[in-house]
Formats: sequence, C-alpha cells, structure tokens
Amino acid sequence: MSDQKTIPEIQQEIVEEFSLFDSWDDKYEYIIDLGKKLEPLEDKYKLDENKVKGCQSTVWLVSDYRDGKVYFKADSDAVIVKGLISMLIRVLSGHTPDEILNDRLEFIGQIGMTSHLAQTRSNGLLSMVKQMKQFALAYKIKNGSIPQSI
Amino acid sequence: MMPSATINKTLDIAAIREQFPVLNRKVKGRPLVYFDNAATSQKPQVVIDALVHYYTYYNANIHRGIHTLAEEATAAFEATRDTVREFIHAAHREEIIFTRGTTESINLVAYTWARKNLRAGDEVIVSTMEHHSNIVPWQIVCEEKQAVLKVIPISDEGELLMDEFKKLLSAKTKLVSIVHASNALGTINPVEEIIRLAHAAGALVMVDGAQSTVHLDIDVQAMDCDFFAFSAHKLYGPTGAGVLYGKKHLLEAMPPFMGGGEMIKEVTFAKTTYNELPYKFEAGTPNIADVIVFKTALDFIRDTGKEEIHRHEQELLWYATGKLQQLPGLRIIGRAKDKVSVISFVVNGVHPQDLGILLDNRGIAVRTGHHCAEPLMQCYGIPGTTRASFAVYNTREEVDELIAGLEKAIKILS
Repeated sequence: MSDQKTIPEIQQEIVEEFSLFDSWDDKYEYIIDLGKKLEPLEDKYKLDENKVKGCQSTVWLVSDYRDGKVYFKADSDAVIVKGLISMLIRVLSGHTPDEILNDRLEFIGQIGMTSHLAQTRSNGLLSMVKQMKQFALAYKIKNGSIPQSI
Repeated sequence: MMPSATINKTLDIAAIREQFPVLNRKVKGRPLVYFDNAATSQKPQVVIDALVHYYTYYNANIHRGIHTLAEEATAAFEATRDTVREFIHAAHREEIIFTRGTTESINLVAYTWARKNLRAGDEVIVSTMEHHSNIVPWQIVCEEKQAVLKVIPISDEGELLMDEFKKLLSAKTKLVSIVHASNALGTINPVEEIIRLAHAAGALVMVDGAQSTVHLDIDVQAMDCDFFAFSAHKLYGPTGAGVLYGKKHLLEAMPPFMGGGEMIKEVTFAKTTYNELPYKFEAGTPNIADVIVFKTALDFIRDTGKEEIHRHEQELLWYATGKLQQLPGLRIIGRAKDKVSVISFVVNGVHPQDLGILLDNRGIAVRTGHHCAEPLMQCYGIPGTTRASFAVYNTREEVDELIAGLEKAIKILS
C-alpha cells in the first residue's frame, strides 16, 4: 500500500466523511456498508486463540509485523461491529507500534460512536482496541525498542 | 372501592403512562419505547417520591435506635415485610427475608441450607432454561459437597419435558430449583406439579420467581414451595432489594448466611447466639431506603390491579406475537402455551446485537444476547436472541413501532 497518511490524518478523513451525514440512520447505514465490504477473514484464522470476546458479538483479530509496521485483519459475526472494525483497521493498520500506541483514537468520539466503547459489555470493540494496542506493544518489545525485562 | 376481582376493570393506560416520568424521555430524538421490562421495569412517580421522602424526612438506622427517626424508619421497613407477606400469601411475616435480590436469595439457600444438608452423591435438579443465577450457586455447592447437578431438558417449544423430570427424580434428589417463568423464553413452568412430584420423592423445591412475581398471582402456601425468590426492581420497585421466602421450620434450622450486626442475640468471644427469624439472615445495615420504597411499588401494583395488568400484558404479548410472525425470516424462540409477556426471537442471517443497535437508534429499548442463560442458547444452537418484554405502561402503538423498526433494520442488515 502506498498510503502514507498518518494516523491523525486518516482519522480526520473519517470525521469529514461522517460530517456529510444528517442522521444517525445514515451513519449506521454507512457503517453497515463498511461492515459488509470488509474482507472476510479466512476460516483458518477463526480460532479461539484469535477471539476477542465481547458479551454478544465475537471478534477475531490477527496481526502481522513487516518492515517495522503492524498490519491487522479482523472479522466479526455482527455487521455493525465489522463496520467499526473496518474503520479501526483503516486507521491503525500499516503503522509503527509507537504510532499505534500513542494515538487516542479520538475520531470514535468525534463521529459519535463513543457509546460503542462504553463498558456495557455489549460488544467487543473496547477489547478490540486494547488488543490492537497490545499487539503493537508486543511487537515493540520483541523488536527491542524497549528492554524486555521491564 | 369494590374488590377488583368483582368488576371487569379496563386499565386507562394513558393515565398509567403519566405516572412513569421516564416515558416522557426522548431517545435519539424519538419517544422512548421501553421493552426491556424483564431486565428491570421503570418506576412510577410514587416510588421515586417515596425514596426522596425517606432520605428527606426520616433517614435513620433501624431496629435499635430509640429516637423518633429510627422508630419511623423501622416501622416503614417492617411494614414492607407485612406487605410482601400479603403479596405472596406467606403464612408468617418472619418467613420474609430481605436480600439484595433474587441472586442473593438463591445464594443464601445454596450457602446455608444446601451446604448443611447436601452429602456426596446427593442430587440437585435444575432445568435447561435457568438463568445463570439458578445454575452457578448450585454448581459451586455441588462441587464442594461432591453432589451432582441434574438438568431437566426442554422441548423445541421451550417447555419442560415433565416425563424426563420424573425420571430424574429419585431418593438421591435433595433439591429441585426451578424457574417459575423463563426470562429468555417467557415459558411459565408448572411449578405446582413439580413441587408435588419433588415432595413425593422427598426433595425440597426452590422457585426462582424473578420473572413471574410481577405478572402472576403468587401464593406460596398454595404452591407449597419451600423457598421462593424475587427482586423488587422487576416489580416497579427499586434496585438492590429482594426477597427470600422460606418455610419457617426450614429457615429456623438453617445456619446463618453472613455474620455481623443485627443477626446476633448475644456475642462473646466464646460463643455467639443468633437472633431469631427473620433477623438471623439480615446481617448488617440492610438496604433500608429501597426496602421501604418496595412497599410503595407493591401498593402501586395492588391499586392498579394485578389481574388487569396481567390481562393487558397478555394482550400485548399475543398482539406482538401475531405481528412478529409475519416478518420474513423471523423465528420466535419460546412458543410455550403459557407465557409471561416476554417474546424472544431470531432473524435469519442477522446478529441480535445489530438489531438491538438499530432499534436503539429509533428509541426502542430491547435486550439482545444470551440473557444470562447460555446453556439455553446452546440448546437452541444460537448465540443469542432479541427480546422484547412488556409491562403495564406499554401499548399496541409501541409494538407497531417495534415492528416498523424491525422491518427497516432487517432491510438494512440483510
């Protein structure tokens, strides 16, 4: 991918896209559309060990580390969560562990989706963000940018 | 006023709705449609006022205070016990133990009666449709006592297979703990028959009345259950208050649940003697405010007319059932003949969570997920359902809103 945009730049893009919608209905239709278009995760990755379990929907998340950057792939059995995942992947995938760890993902609040991060156990999105950051941290430790003994 | 049974009263739902201030709320720009009553019901203004009144005028710790406020608070607290006794037709007021709710009530019996009486090889019977609250406490105590937990299977319609239950009963059965009305299916179980059969086998019966008590007439003496549990917050009352009913001779023979203040008669470091019923099981400062206000909620139900409320809810249930069945790809989970006003369903190819989010986006509150009954969902091979549950203040127009919301959501999602 030749996309060289920074994490804040991509978030700004998403915020601008959402500003075009007048209603919540439109926002959700867009997210559902993103969810439907998200490339499905191959069945071989849909293992218990890749599950980020929320109370109601299941999220599978896998990551890869190439040339100092972290790449994510994910899927869910619920389509709205898939749409949210699709945005998280668009924002975070293909960036360095530091960039991923240091960002606070403020776009989620700016597009009015904070409720999906609330701790109501209603979906796995919060766990998913945590898991993405944990992958980033693990790659950072493994590649020696901070000492492994801490 | 004439007794409500002698007149065929029709409820003025509009007037009842006016008593529930939250129903004036808008959610996502639309009037709230609250269909999550099986999780907790909304509270009428009288209940909210009673809570404020308690804290404003007579907040005090109960039972030992000599001053006026303590006397007033104690009298109000104990008045709730009398009202609860009447409400479930218990023989004695001391058979009413206040707890935090159904879950604590079931745990109380598990940690006291079961711990004292279960032996290795004994059996406890529950059913496939139990809430986790009526599974996990028995698993814990069975593991500790090397007793065995047996499970009554259910039919596709969501009714208990009574012949299978009869086969499970034996001299080894010490307790049957059964849900009166299923929170996930709505099924009303034949508890009288279960109790008769269990007693004939020499076992006790605990009834989980969390979902039934608000809808059905409860007579613990006629039912002849040994223990009965329910929560105030599902009866238009406050959260954090609930009841364990137990037959007096059983409660008297049970060891205390928690040690502390209130539950003792005399304490020395050599030996403590326990207080009499019901205080033996009410250690520490109870949830005074919410127990007091619980009476206001029960009075609200009585004054509105329990039978009339039930009739209204049943009408909504069957109206909604008829409408939902017409939606393509929708399957109702739980088609028992006798149901409380709970309706659970799944839609082909649509995750319940997505439905819940889109309905919330139209101001409609339903519950989605496994309803804390994972074994039941496993039995049906589904991750969860969408559940609408109706209370006295709900209307046909709201059901129509739900149907319209579902039609739109299904169209977008599939």
